[in-house]
Amino acid sequence: MKKGYDIVIIGGGIIGCSIAFELSKRGVKDILLVEKRFLTAGATGRCGAGIRQQWGAELNASIALESTHILEHLEEYTGYDHSIELHQGGYLLVAYTDKEWAQFQKNLEVQHKLGIESVGLTPRECLDIVPYLNLDGVVGGTFCQKDGHANPFHSTQAYAKGAMRQGVDIETFCEVTGFRTSNRAITAVETTKGIVETKMVINCANTRAPELAAMVGDDIPVYSERHQALVTEPVEPLIDCMVMSFSRSYYVQQTPHGSFVMGIGPKEEPSHNFHSSWQFLEQNCAIMCEALPILRKLNVVRQWAGQYDMSPDRHPVIDEADTCKNFYSVCGFSGHGFMVAPRIAILMANYLTGQKDSIDITKSAKKDLRPGISLSNLLLYNCI
Amino acid sequence: MSKQETLLCRCEDITREQIRACIAEGYQTIDEIKRITRAGMGPCQGRTCRMLIAQEISACLNIPIEEVLMPAFRPPVKPLSMGILADAYEEKEAEQ
Ligand SMILES: Cc1cc2nc3c(=O)[nH]c(=O)nc-3n(C[C@H](O)[C@H](O)[C@H](O)COP(=O)(O)OP(=O)(O)OC[C@H]3O[C@@H](n4cnc5c(N)ncnc54)[C@H](O)[C@@H]3O)c2cc1C
Repeated sequence: MKKGYDIVIIGGGIIGCSIAFELSKRGVKDILLVEKRFLTAGATGRCGAGIRQQWGAELNASIALESTHILEHLEEYTGYDHSIELHQGGYLLVAYTDKEWAQFQKNLEVQHKLGIESVGLTPRECLDIVPYLNLDGVVGGTFCQKDGHANPFHSTQAYAKGAMRQGVDIETFCEVTGFRTSNRAITAVETTKGIVETKMVINCANTRAPELAAMVGDDIPVYSERHQALVTEPVEPLIDCMVMSFSRSYYVQQTPHGSFVMGIGPKEEPSHNFHSSWQFLEQNCAIMCEALPILRKLNVVRQWAGQYDMSPDRHPVIDEADTCKNFYSVCGFSGHGFMVAPRIAILMANYLTGQKDSIDITKSAKKDLRPGISLSNLLLYNCI
Repeated sequence: MSKQETLLCRCEDITREQIRACIAEGYQTIDEIKRITRAGMGPCQGRTCRMLIAQEISACLNIPIEEVLMPAFRPPVKPLSMGILADAYEEKEAEQ
């Protein structure tokens, strides 16, 4: 770690590492990334790492589509010598209500306009994809073969190692504790390993981003929500795709390793709670065994909890503090930051280096996302 | 058995060599090694290998074993079937 850098990126998750990679790829060399623990110690290392193009909002669908294209050859793109274990087994989204089914039809229209290869399915056709699905209450489904998952540790390492090769310094076990400013512009970052002078900060600290931004007087409307997940013992391959429902609020997937990973949506107060609960365990099993009775015989081996960084409209927040020039925050990924990281990093790097981008970043201006401003139909957001 | 084939994590088939390669690559904690190799994620949940991996880190990086971070032990410690757990939930719901 040197005394000073042009840019300091805070956070060694998929977002910080991919932004470091894209910026250095554009010739910005003098970058330090600081991480308070180790790379992927945060949500990135706790996440399902599912990638999905089946969104209802055009912006999300196109960002996810372009991100998938990059993940399909991330090893080559970053020069990584290990596989990121991308598996495109598809996502089956199951509709249990007529309202949900009607929303899915609209989503399909948006997806087809962008060239996403999703299809609508009758309940019987759902069975062709997942023979173990309990059809009680199923109205229909949609499926996209290009959806899937990757290994979040290796994906982050791919970006981090690529960035280091391009000249980025990465300092782990180094926590940011404060900032120095002058004339409402950032001048230095205070860390547990000393003070680092800098001209720009990119705050990618996920659920901790709002409290860091608050240190320079910026107010970001992002809060934490605990999400729990569990994993079973490995068994023979049974299901190749992710199965997911918004109205029953579950997702489940068999990993290449054979274990099933699953979770249900919570109704919890905002918190930084990392504890697992017994109640989650039982309720999760009840919901999952109803949807896929074959799961009944599987043993649960582990459960864990992670934090979703929720923004009011469930879209990412990309923000320059109005109280402090050159202090950027990139957060609020609302439980789907992994699958959009590749394209968000390009967007951010293009913006900061003054290059053209097909997405207009000023359109997602923070002010429009303030709580209290019409968040329109939440079901829609759950479906995107 | 040659030295290279000593298994540290028997559930996931991870050898001492693989753990050492990870440490040589710069990974410094049990958590990191678990995430990269799956060591400690099998049915026994690290009861055998956790200490062995900690010893490797401690020896390779020359740091006291107490300083090697211990990852959280997560419930359930004893594997239970999803069916049993589901029934327990349904029963409690029915009581209410
Ligand atoms: C259970 C669960 C399942 C999920 N499933 C999916 C999924 O299937 N698909 C998907 O796309 N997304 C999923 N997500 C969401 C996804 O994990 C996140 O949106 C994404 O990982 C965010 O990346 P990040 O880099 O912003 O955050 P993080 O990975 O959390 O990185 C932020 C980093 O900042 C560091 N940090 C914090 N404060 C400081 C400080 N003061 N100084 C230095 N460093 C600091 C932290 O240690 C952390 O490593 C899931 C999340 C959870 C919790």
